[in-house]
Amino acid sequence: MSFSKYLLQRLIYAFLVLIVISFLIFMIVQLPRGDAVDRIVNARQAQGDIITEEDEAALRAQYGLDKPVYVQYFNWAAQFARGNMGHSMLGIPVDKLINERIAATVLLSVISLVVTYALAVPIGIYSATHQYSLGDYFWTFVGFIGLATPNFLLALILLFLFHKFFGLSIGGLFSPGVEEQPWSPAKALDLLNHLWIPIIVIVTAQTAGTIRTMRATLLDELGQQYVVTARAKGLRYRQLLFKYPVRLALNPVVNSIGYILPRLISGQTIVAIVLNLPTLGPLLFSALLAEDLELATSILMIQSILAVIGVILGDIILSAYDPRIRMEKGVT
Amino acid sequence: MSDVVLEVKDLHTYFELEEGTLKAVNGVSFTIRKNRTLGIVGESGCGKSVTAQSIMRITPKKNSRINGQILLHHDSGPIDIAQLDEDSDQMRDLRGRDIAMIFQEPMTAFSPVHTIGNQIMEALFVHGENDKRAARKRVISLLDEVGIPAPERRIDEYSFQLSGGMRQRSMIAMAIVLNPRLLIADEPTTALDVTIQSQILRLMKRLQRDNGMAIIFITHDLGVIASMADDVAVMYLGKIVEYGASREIFKNPKHPYTKGLLRSIPKFGEKDGAHLATIKGTVPVPLDPPDACPFANRCGEFIAGKCDVRMPAAIHVAPGHSVNCVLYE
Repeated sequence: MSFSKYLLQRLIYAFLVLIVISFLIFMIVQLPRGDAVDRIVNARQAQGDIITEEDEAALRAQYGLDKPVYVQYFNWAAQFARGNMGHSMLGIPVDKLINERIAATVLLSVISLVVTYALAVPIGIYSATHQYSLGDYFWTFVGFIGLATPNFLLALILLFLFHKFFGLSIGGLFSPGVEEQPWSPAKALDLLNHLWIPIIVIVTAQTAGTIRTMRATLLDELGQQYVVTARAKGLRYRQLLFKYPVRLALNPVVNSIGYILPRLISGQTIVAIVLNLPTLGPLLFSALLAEDLELATSILMIQSILAVIGVILGDIILSAYDPRIRMEKGVT
Repeated sequence: MSDVVLEVKDLHTYFELEEGTLKAVNGVSFTIRKNRTLGIVGESGCGKSVTAQSIMRITPKKNSRINGQILLHHDSGPIDIAQLDEDSDQMRDLRGRDIAMIFQEPMTAFSPVHTIGNQIMEALFVHGENDKRAARKRVISLLDEVGIPAPERRIDEYSFQLSGGMRQRSMIAMAIVLNPRLLIADEPTTALDVTIQSQILRLMKRLQRDNGMAIIFITHDLGVIASMADDVAVMYLGKIVEYGASREIFKNPKHPYTKGLLRSIPKFGEKDGAHLATIKGTVPVPLDPPDACPFANRCGEFIAGKCDVRMPAAIHVAPGHSVNCVLYE
């Protein structure tokens, strides 16, 4: 099987998965009692309007809510596939609300992932090659502190400290007024200035796990026969360390892209709320509170799509990285 | 003495463990010559593999300690490997070039994510080859020499794509790529089935004829020793208890342990239902062993007050045949 064929196969599977997910999301969001028409009726009655049963039925027909659930689903899915996500309860097109936030979400997630690996992999290598040394214990300690500290708490503490000592407001991704400006070096710099706080908060929680994975698998690999073989050939320890055991120990780390990336994309809601980040998480949260069903459904769907893309990326990177995976799947 | 490749004199390899000092190799001496094969035989845990690792200086760095002499003879004079720093450039230069090793598990001895060719050529690159084309050509012809069909294709395959026998052939190719003067084979055929086993043994003999290298062949399989080795060292609990020419040892074993080992080989034509002779008990763990005959507690000819008070000296019972046992003192 060629690589493009493998890719095509993965994309077809991903599409099928998304169809199942979309059905589940649609059903779950519809589960609470009452529908959009009930809410409109309630709102209008509260304003003193008198609404007859016929008016209600007319409204249901207008929104297609008089049809069976599966018909509603197909109508919704067909609209969604065309990029038409309807309007939020505030009357703003859903796709406009979401588009603003996708970029920020992806940017934060990808940078967090890269920083996590850039920190965790070297520390994991150090910990494994210096097992039970002071440095090993130190990094283990730091890692677990990071893992145990609630993210939002760390975010609050950082906000407070920066405000108190530097008089800075570090919420959001831009300084007030900058976001509306067109892209310029100054705007990019402003973004960088705001970006690193959420990155620190998110990375602190992610790194410990990856350090532990890296340390454990590398320790495992260091005991393997091929390490002895390489030594017997006359290789320097450092040469062989990076060529063989580290390469193999990175395997589960590379594999974890497939689930860490989706977690970053759909998680971090509380941190984003605390830091006032324009990502999808807070938008979903407020949509759910307001029972803004069209908005919530669309956000969940977009998050699922991003997550599935993350999984595919992880798969592709892994198959490029490990010939065993490639051969097993018959990819050449 | 000019054909002596390696002399091991009173080698001790100890491991410092939490439980105490593990005396894995406890006073071993032997000499190995060009074109000759020394078989080291013994049960698991007798110290035969650690002896090999000590010669290569690849014992775990943290807690192992090597004493004694390991003299590698060069035209320019002997080098005492036991005195070298295991990470020194000099020691690394000896590994692979002068002394090479093949291992028991050809599956795990290769990295699964690098091609066979990559790993064999690496030995050349480590020792100064810079020309990638020349290295590739050399490895292809070597793979051909060790009997791998379609070597120009196999060179780019991964270890998991090869059969067990092919892997061990590749392993041998990797070991001899620099024409080492000493090849240490640590149970090279144990993980293979019998037909492949005999092919590999024939291959090693042919290579020895062509290159004149000395071989240390480590195994627990006396049948393999009989067909491979010129000389045999029988090891027990970190010591060599009997040493001699292969033919002599098999025809005329002296040490009760050697006799026991030979009795425990199944033979054709034996009565159905007859029990195979065994040696009682297992090899004890050599944590602080007493300075007595190591085999005393399992020996059928144990003499109280004699065997358990001191280590018996080596007695020459025939030319080149020595045994450490009070029965012959």
